[in-house]
Amino acid sequence: MNAISSTAVSLDTLSPGACGTIAALGGTANNDMVDRLREIGFAEGLDVEFLHQSPFGKDPIAVRVGDMTVALRRAEATLIKVNIV
Amino acid sequence: MSSPSLVAVVGNPNCGKSALFNALTGLRQKVANYPGATVERRTGALMGRDGIELIDLPGTYSLTPRSPDEAVTFEVLSGKHDVEQKPAAILCVVDATNLAQHLRFVLELKALDLPIVVAMNMMDLAARERISIDVSLLSTRLGVPVVETIAVRKKGLTELTDKVISSFNAPTNLNIDYGDTIKLRQKAARKIANEVTLSEGIGHKSTRVLDSFLLHPLLGPVILFSLLFLMFQAVFSWAEAPMGVIDTGIGALQGIFSNLLSDGLLLSFLNDGILAGVGSVVIFLPQIIVLFFCILILESTGYMARAAFLMDRIMASVGLNGRAFIPLLSSFACAIPGIMAARSIANEKDRLTTILIAPLMTCAARLPVYTVIIAAFIPNDTVGGFGLQGLVMFSLYLAGILAALAAAAILKRTVTQGPSDTFILELPKYQVPNPRYVFSGLYERAGLFLKRAGTIILASTIILWALTLYPEPPVGADRPDVAYSFVGIIGGWLEVIFAPIGFNWEISAALVPGMAAREVAIAALGTVYSLSGSEEMIEAGLVSMLHSAWSLPTALSFLTWFIFAPQCLSTLAVTKRETGGWKWPLFMMGYLFALAYGASFIVFQTASALL
Repeated sequence: MNAISSTAVSLDTLSPGACGTIAALGGTANNDMVDRLREIGFAEGLDVEFLHQSPFGKDPIAVRVGDMTVALRRAEATLIKVNIV
Repeated sequence: MSSPSLVAVVGNPNCGKSALFNALTGLRQKVANYPGATVERRTGALMGRDGIELIDLPGTYSLTPRSPDEAVTFEVLSGKHDVEQKPAAILCVVDATNLAQHLRFVLELKALDLPIVVAMNMMDLAARERISIDVSLLSTRLGVPVVETIAVRKKGLTELTDKVISSFNAPTNLNIDYGDTIKLRQKAARKIANEVTLSEGIGHKSTRVLDSFLLHPLLGPVILFSLLFLMFQAVFSWAEAPMGVIDTGIGALQGIFSNLLSDGLLLSFLNDGILAGVGSVVIFLPQIIVLFFCILILESTGYMARAAFLMDRIMASVGLNGRAFIPLLSSFACAIPGIMAARSIANEKDRLTTILIAPLMTCAARLPVYTVIIAAFIPNDTVGGFGLQGLVMFSLYLAGILAALAAAAILKRTVTQGPSDTFILELPKYQVPNPRYVFSGLYERAGLFLKRAGTIILASTIILWALTLYPEPPVGADRPDVAYSFVGIIGGWLEVIFAPIGFNWEISAALVPGMAAREVAIAALGTVYSLSGSEEMIEAGLVSMLHSAWSLPTALSFLTWFIFAPQCLSTLAVTKRETGGWKWPLFMMGYLFALAYGASFIVFQTASALL
């Protein structure tokens, strides 16, 4: 489940309405930010749904992850890889 | 047992922790500040038991502190706090509708080797979402007691109290290893959550539906700005009647004193010193209550996080993030709670910037100043369907906001330079506002405000009153008495500095006591212009008095001064406490005075040249 399939994309590249499963968290560096994302509720295997984006410049975005809704900026959303369903 | 056993109440944000704490302790809470620290210490006896003291620790997602208030939670729980004793037990509040996420925090707490009792809160919401949980299995899996609670309806509190008391002597070392990284704890928490969840639930439909309107690309901002507009409407219209009552009450009290006492020093002290001065401040209590009522309702429903989401991009353009919007909104009532609310901002530089610009938001104390000057100088005409006086008031508010944004942009590029924090915020489920939360919050704010009126403002008005009486004028004086007093003398010195911005010696003198609190400046102008009588007479008299005594450029310059000038000792004092030294309050004072002087100079000189 944790393997990044060939279809995994960064959460920041999606648009409202997109649904998927979190394939992996992380990137080249920035482990502290990954920990923060985990603390607020992002984890591998959880369902994620792109809900809203800011009316001003489409950034930040709001996503449903598991049972919660979380707002974050696209810069951090790049750390979240999603398998689209 | 000398000191009571301490029980720490902890939990993720939005788990209903504060509601449960309020239900368990009642209204008799003690709110204090840790010496030298920025976090309130909120405690109360557990269900009236004197031997057990609950402490409400700031909500946090983990024991890795990300902000000053989260650091306190970590220090207290790990027994590393300077003044707080190590708690005897932890009461961890979890949201039954978001079990896996909240259990991860419970697992992290277990490593602390303290007795833990879990309050499974929001069971009513869980039932509505058709989530069903095997609580006794959860208790077995975690190795700690788990009690179902509904904080807002006070359900499960007796059982919870019993479990907390019996936990004191329970063994803590259960030798269950969940791993030491957050990833492993997430896995373990999800495994347990899956085991104990009997039915998954249908999610919170109404939150989805509401968000589709409130976060809509077009409707979202329109609704936000309409709400803010209505809020300020409410501050003026709802507060009008109670303000009239307070005004009449103060006048009546002055009347009683006038009848009881003969003319003399004592009567003057009571009526002109205390009642006129303190009364001019207390009269704003209704406006402050209305504004905080609106803010607390928005917070309690979960909308405030959406407002932060919508405002993030705008705040980002000046180097801050959406979270700064909440403290800045509170600053429209009063900068002090706003500056304290900045504690939730994780990044130190962002927090400092927010604190430094908070006094530029037009607080309630500026209203009496604006009201009197506008009434005296701005004609009650309409321009394009809008009242001219209202438009001037609106532009004064707008000028404050724009100045705050500009100041933030400049500060973030200079003195508070540094990498700015990102924006990650949970958008909680919408809830019906909890009346208990709203009213205990209001009670606290009103208490703080009245305390301020009874101490710093009372003291400064008494001192002012004395300084206007002495020294007495010489025999055969041809100017008003006050011109010969200390206030007159000081005003004369300051006039030299303030002449380029159009202030005469009367204004300069009124600004001295106005340093204590902005609204005192109006009472001081009344005193300086040798008016006496009831508060009402001072206001009505002052309007016509100022109209003939000041030129229009002077009046505009005076209004401009009040947009910027840091005339509030309490704000500077709270800034010193929150930033841990004199450096930043002095900086704040310096930059705001410079702005005030510069802007007033431009306004006065331009207006004088044009008119």
